[in-house]
Amino acid sequence: MTTDVQILESAVVRFAGDSGDGMQLTGSQFTNSTALSGSDLATFPDFPAEIRAPVGTTFGVSAFQINFGAKSIKTIGDEPDVLVAMNPAALKVSLDNLRRGGLLVVDAGSFTKRNLQKAGYETNPLEDGCLEDYQLITLDASKQTVESVKEFGLGNKDALRSKNMYMLGLMLWMFDRSRAPVTDWLEKKFAKKPEIAAANIAALNAGHAYGETAELSTSIKRYHIGAVKQEPGLYKTVTGSEALSWGLAAGGELSGLDIVLGSYPITPASPVLHTLSSLKDLGILTFQAEDEIAAVCAALGAAFGGALGVTSSSGPGIALKGEALGLAISTELPLVVVNVQRGGPSTGLPTKTEQSDLYQAIYGRNGDAPLPVLATRSPADCFETAIEACRIALKYMTPVILLSDGFIANAAEPWKLPDMEALEPFEVAFASAPEDGEFNPYQRDDLSLARNWAKPGTPGCMHRIGGIEKSYDTGHISYDPANHQKMTDVRAAKVAGIAREIPPLEPSTGSAGARIGVVGWGSTFGPIEEAVKIARSEGVDVSHVHFRHLNPMPSNTDALLKSFDHVLIPEMNTGQLKTVIRDRFFIDAQPLNKVSGQPFKITEVLNAIRDLASEKA
Amino acid sequence: MTDQSPLTIKDFTSDQEVRWCPGCGDYAILKCMQRTLPEMGATLENTVFVSGIGCSSRFPYYMNTYGFHTIHGRAPAVATGLKLANPDLDVWLITGDGDGLSIGGNHTLHALRRNVDLNILLFNNKIYGLTKGQYSPTSEVGIKTPSTPMGSVDPSLNPINFALGCGAKFVARTVDTAQKHMPGVFKAAHQYKGAAFVEILQNCIVYNDDAWSDITDKKTAQDKQLLLEHGEKMIFGKEGNKGIVFDMDSFSLKVVTIGENNITQEDVLTHDESHIGIARLLAELGAGDGEPVAMGVLYQESVDLSYERAVHAQIDHARQKKKRSIKDIVLGGQTWHVK
Repeated sequence: MTTDVQILESAVVRFAGDSGDGMQLTGSQFTNSTALSGSDLATFPDFPAEIRAPVGTTFGVSAFQINFGAKSIKTIGDEPDVLVAMNPAALKVSLDNLRRGGLLVVDAGSFTKRNLQKAGYETNPLEDGCLEDYQLITLDASKQTVESVKEFGLGNKDALRSKNMYMLGLMLWMFDRSRAPVTDWLEKKFAKKPEIAAANIAALNAGHAYGETAELSTSIKRYHIGAVKQEPGLYKTVTGSEALSWGLAAGGELSGLDIVLGSYPITPASPVLHTLSSLKDLGILTFQAEDEIAAVCAALGAAFGGALGVTSSSGPGIALKGEALGLAISTELPLVVVNVQRGGPSTGLPTKTEQSDLYQAIYGRNGDAPLPVLATRSPADCFETAIEACRIALKYMTPVILLSDGFIANAAEPWKLPDMEALEPFEVAFASAPEDGEFNPYQRDDLSLARNWAKPGTPGCMHRIGGIEKSYDTGHISYDPANHQKMTDVRAAKVAGIAREIPPLEPSTGSAGARIGVVGWGSTFGPIEEAVKIARSEGVDVSHVHFRHLNPMPSNTDALLKSFDHVLIPEMNTGQLKTVIRDRFFIDAQPLNKVSGQPFKITEVLNAIRDLASEKA
Repeated sequence: MTDQSPLTIKDFTSDQEVRWCPGCGDYAILKCMQRTLPEMGATLENTVFVSGIGCSSRFPYYMNTYGFHTIHGRAPAVATGLKLANPDLDVWLITGDGDGLSIGGNHTLHALRRNVDLNILLFNNKIYGLTKGQYSPTSEVGIKTPSTPMGSVDPSLNPINFALGCGAKFVARTVDTAQKHMPGVFKAAHQYKGAAFVEILQNCIVYNDDAWSDITDKKTAQDKQLLLEHGEKMIFGKEGNKGIVFDMDSFSLKVVTIGENNITQEDVLTHDESHIGIARLLAELGAGDGEPVAMGVLYQESVDLSYERAVHAQIDHARQKKKRSIKDIVLGGQTWHVK
């Protein structure tokens, strides 16, 4: 046992298997162990829309990718360095991405004639030489797992379920990660079935031991990836859905209001409903409605009643909510609308990521119906952005759309926990008595233009609101032409006015006046940031500007974007922000579009920057 | 403000001009509501009217209470959210046959199924009024309207049966012209701690005039209406000699005449509000020749907890077991320190 330990700065590992193989679980446990050892990381769960596709087929492949390092990690990594393939289908689907010369770990036990056939292989790739560009490690994990759990008396089928733990054990050994967090987790998870916990731990240990023993092929190395130099503080790993839900909960606490979430299950937004449903002791009330329309309407009804109404969905569901959002705009009630975007149109790619609902968020309603739109850029960023959405909704009495996406929702990253005491409350002042004898719900704050909010139950403030246009002066129904013009203008001015307190847009890398400004929003932050850094190290004069507030935009947007000679906008859509920017600022922004359901690779953005740099040189 | 003097019809009347067609049945329902609320001890501030879209849904504007005129068919969902936010409010939901049974059928279904503590008043005039006279889910087959020039071929829906089918635990029926009958139904609905579904037969003078005239015509009303009272015999008719019996042969309700064929008062059914089977039969009554339409509370089943109370009970229970703050959640779980 004299394997050298090689020090690496970072590595990308991808676990791929059948959707019943427990790959997400394997990946998240590897993540946990990695986070606790102090490396920075980013993860990418990539799973099929089918709950359980036929075993062994390519469309049933579920994968989990993690990029981790002793340096700052902002993306999931362009190409895995290590691919763990649990069966032929997983190999077939994932091999293209593996770095040339990368390490391929394969469960040879699953490469049966039948599985090869199902994956569409005519010859066995382990034998026909097609993998010679990679370092190949084949082991019969199936057989060895069964051997290692023999003493627990499980049937063959049950025993094979621990195969993922066997592979995880091997990977933990290879990357010098601790097994303790995984065994702790298994013991807790299977507290009521100790024999299952024990079998899984045995498989984990067997996989680990496999790495250590003489059975080992000499080509296997151990790698060590150290802790990243991070700002001091308390950290935990968090997924976007968790951080976003907690941000909403914090918004409730900071505003002193109860949260009522109306939601209808939809991928990839459901985890927000699940997370908030588990926070009942915080006073958070969740309502699983009969459909998307009922979900938003219940949230709006709750807002009318004086609660902080929240609804969460994905693009197709947001489409259904459109009419109610118009009502929220017309009645000027606060509402937070979370859109965890997926690939579209229609049902599209439910489990894949895209950021193609920007038009829908900004324009997607009947009538002139402006509302604020925010986008979060990463799992950890969700917390603060969700609080900001709550704050704006309440301060300005308006629905707010908060855009996340499937990638952010499911991905995890280390999060430096905020100083919870330092979060600023934004307590709401409800109208408590009529002014001048008569209560007018549409009387406005001079600066914010927010209207009066009186809770039903408040004596003296009885009022009626609805979707029909109302008089600027009294709030009663009004069809007066000049009044409709005035109300349309004031609703627009109210939303536009939010820009006054949005922090100025600043490049996250580089500075104003660069030759190229790469402008992004949402989950493309990581790949853009890394690409810009690399391009700068190559001498390209390029900056990265990333939007959180998409409507209204920060007041200095025009000046900042015009300070660049060229603006490049990478988006996981066909150019939606590009169109908005061109429309608002007459800037000839160049699009870089990708709609494959997969996040950008750094090289894709980098190549576009290089092209632009050389073309315009 | 309620301490000094009892509220009156005036207190509940808003300063807004009522804009229904002259002669519309909605006026009578509005007046009756404004008159009855003070009798129930309602306060202006705790009463909320929520409506969808349609003629009936203008109702909230005319009440000097809280009100929310929402969107087509979705009032039950809005009202559900409102009750979740504040279970103490007295929420009245005003809807029509198009609003509540067509575009909003799904939401009506679930408000009833969940037993949200709402008073749901469905004005049934068997026509679309606001959109100018198209047929509705309760319109009769064959009705000629702008969208059915050759007559409608859609079978019509029975709102009471619909409600019972949804699991409604309080179901009643009244009619716009019955100023004496309506208040009692309103009061019973108001008292009910759950979803109270009330069908109000209502006349649209412009697009479906006389839709209910065979029931409401003073000459025939007594023969065409069966006024139900819990514990009372189901007796009706001008002469007071007609009754409802359960016919074992057809397994349905049958009209009989007391004094004929050896029928005595003893043979007539006694109304039992808690009997779901009879309620289903009563819902259908009126379709056959000589049958009266059942009025009043057809069915009422007592429940421990309305939906929103059950939801809040879970929250209270969770808070008693452990009460965290968001800080506990963010800072809890598996964390590590970087120095």
